[in-house]
Amino acid sequence: MIGSVTSFLASFIGEPMANMVLNIVIILIKVVVVIAVTLLHVAYATYWERKVIGHMQLRLGPREVGPYGLFQPFADGIKLFFKEDIIPANSDKPIFYLAPVIFFVSALTSLSVLPFFDGGWVSNINVGLLFLLGMSSIGAYGIVMSGWSSGSKYSFLGGLRSASQVISYEIAMGLSLVGVMIMAGTLNLTEIVKAQYNYPTGFYALPQILGFFVFYVAMFAETNRLPFDLPEAESELVAGYFTEYSGFRFALFFLGEYTGMLIMSSIGTLCFLGGWTLPKFVMDALPFLGSLPKFVWVAVFLVKVYFFMFLFYWVRATLPRYRYDQLMNIGWKVLIPLALVNIMITGTLKIMGWV
Amino acid sequence: MEDIEKSFETKELTISLGPQHPATHGVLRLVLQLSGETIVKCTPYVGYLHRGVEKLGENRTYFAALPLTDRLDYISSMNNNVGYVNAVERLFGIEAPDRAKYIRTMVAEMGRISSHIVWLGTHVLDIGATTPFLLSMAQRERILDLFEMICGARLTVSYPRVGGVRNDISQEFLDQLYEFVLEFPAHMDTFETLVTENRIWKERTVDIGIISAEEAVNWGLTGGTLRGSGVDYDVRKYFPYDAYDKVEFDVPVGKKGDCYDRYLVRIGEMRQANRIIKQCIENLPAGPVMADAPKFTLPPKDMVLKDMEHLIHQFILITKGPSVPEGEIYVGSEVPKGELGFYFISDGTGKPYRMRVRSPSFIHASVLPRLSEGGLIADVIANIGTIDIVLGECDR
Repeated sequence: MIGSVTSFLASFIGEPMANMVLNIVIILIKVVVVIAVTLLHVAYATYWERKVIGHMQLRLGPREVGPYGLFQPFADGIKLFFKEDIIPANSDKPIFYLAPVIFFVSALTSLSVLPFFDGGWVSNINVGLLFLLGMSSIGAYGIVMSGWSSGSKYSFLGGLRSASQVISYEIAMGLSLVGVMIMAGTLNLTEIVKAQYNYPTGFYALPQILGFFVFYVAMFAETNRLPFDLPEAESELVAGYFTEYSGFRFALFFLGEYTGMLIMSSIGTLCFLGGWTLPKFVMDALPFLGSLPKFVWVAVFLVKVYFFMFLFYWVRATLPRYRYDQLMNIGWKVLIPLALVNIMITGTLKIMGWV
Repeated sequence: MEDIEKSFETKELTISLGPQHPATHGVLRLVLQLSGETIVKCTPYVGYLHRGVEKLGENRTYFAALPLTDRLDYISSMNNNVGYVNAVERLFGIEAPDRAKYIRTMVAEMGRISSHIVWLGTHVLDIGATTPFLLSMAQRERILDLFEMICGARLTVSYPRVGGVRNDISQEFLDQLYEFVLEFPAHMDTFETLVTENRIWKERTVDIGIISAEEAVNWGLTGGTLRGSGVDYDVRKYFPYDAYDKVEFDVPVGKKGDCYDRYLVRIGEMRQANRIIKQCIENLPAGPVMADAPKFTLPPKDMVLKDMEHLIHQFILITKGPSVPEGEIYVGSEVPKGELGFYFISDGTGKPYRMRVRSPSFIHASVLPRLSEGGLIADVIANIGTIDIVLGECDR
């Protein structure tokens, strides 16, 4: 069918052009599908969070809208969409408008390089991991700009905190992933997953236990979640950088944050837990698994991602919040040295040819 | 480098924390001058919840001013009532019967648990942990239900009366309370598992807001805020009222006087309060619950409806008030926040010439700059939580 469409188009604009147009159309469709599916996941990540934390806290979570409260995320979305959009009088308006867009778009852009199963990606680029780190840094611009432009001191402090936090933990996170890069010998996420599949343990969390630990801690700081949710510390800074936002602009921050969580969970899954694969020895022991359709592997991927998401929720329900200077101490004095040690060990072992 | 520094002007950032802020426990307003995130100067502003309780008290009979004390520290209205009626009884020169004393001790300690448990939940919530807040609210709910059983009200109880308590308690209430008392230590263990040894919690509270014993006394601190510094002053021990001299309990004290010590003291107080309630239930004597002092206590309602003399008696007491001996008196009582004192000047009429409330929250709010200056914003939040203020009482 695709062939007939190509030849039909080719009769008008020539074959090379037709191929290009078709590619663009296919990529656009992929983009729409990925964004739609992710946003659906984001919506139900919030629902699931409220349910999980609710049950941890002797509550039931949402249960009024639809059966078991299943339509609650849509009710929230509709509510936010129709809320009045309040712009503070002394805000820097162009930046104020732009900040949530940057935050949200940078989160969504990260999705373009994530492989959900073998072949399930929007684009398969060679520097996928670097691209993801870069995008999460750009997200910090959205936070800083929103804090700066709101014209509120609380937002300003939240923005400042976030800037320093994201910069510090970006380093730790990047360094923690270097071990994975050394072991896999590539930055391409699909290749990393395949390298893990062929590795004896089946995932890198075990040899890269230090790196995994550093990544796991830095993940919370990157996504501004408890115990590192200082930029939006409710009891200190009201809501931090998005204090002055309302309506759909607030929703963009909210969606961006949860998309960020999903992306961080995906990076963790892809780099440390073997992505959509099961370890090779499992596959060898149970050969019928090889003949299963692809959606099963998407499910494996999602289970791993939601395992990380569950950890986010669990920690949020359990731990108090660190103080700003303690956060910096952990970042610079614990995580970064640990990550460097990890790189040295991994590098040495790699040179010796032991990994 | 110096040229660059000269080329722009730097100044401290002034932010107003409150009066509407999630962590200021009501309408406290702190004006903070920040250098980076370090607090250079902290100025508390109070008065946003001022309702003139003291002045209102001067225009009401001693009986009618009782509900005003509900609204002082609205988290622990029972304790305020008990403090108020004790002061008034001392002024009148009457004494409540034993059963009433035990009941008042019991309900006051219930009030202490419910107040401390709200403090625990909100303090921990301010530091960022959400779960203990909901767990503690669940326990508070049980106490409020018990309050509802004895007097029909959950928050503004007005249950103790001058000369005793409003009505006797039922066996059903005692059974349920006993059940609660037996279960409560296990719930406290749950809170402590979540919080006490939590590493982040300790990093946030240990060595934060240190105040030495001497300084704490000089600032006029009382209650858990003082005992955290190692001073064992407790009105219940030093000037016992109600049945406190007949029950056994310890006064937990801290060592260093930091946020963590004050936290441990209040946790200990809850366990002690539980112990006191248990003893009160077990040793509850039989007998009347109102003093036999017709000149100073309202006659029983069923008699008022039947009998002319009682009706006239009640009418006089309600409209004119009792004939109070002239003089002045200060009576302190240990409420969850500290020492709540009532000071009356009586000119012989049915209304006080002057009613003054010594509010622990007001005094504790004044120590905030001392605790917070030099620290970070996050420490202010820990300090506000740990001195345990309620603005209804602070502003009166």
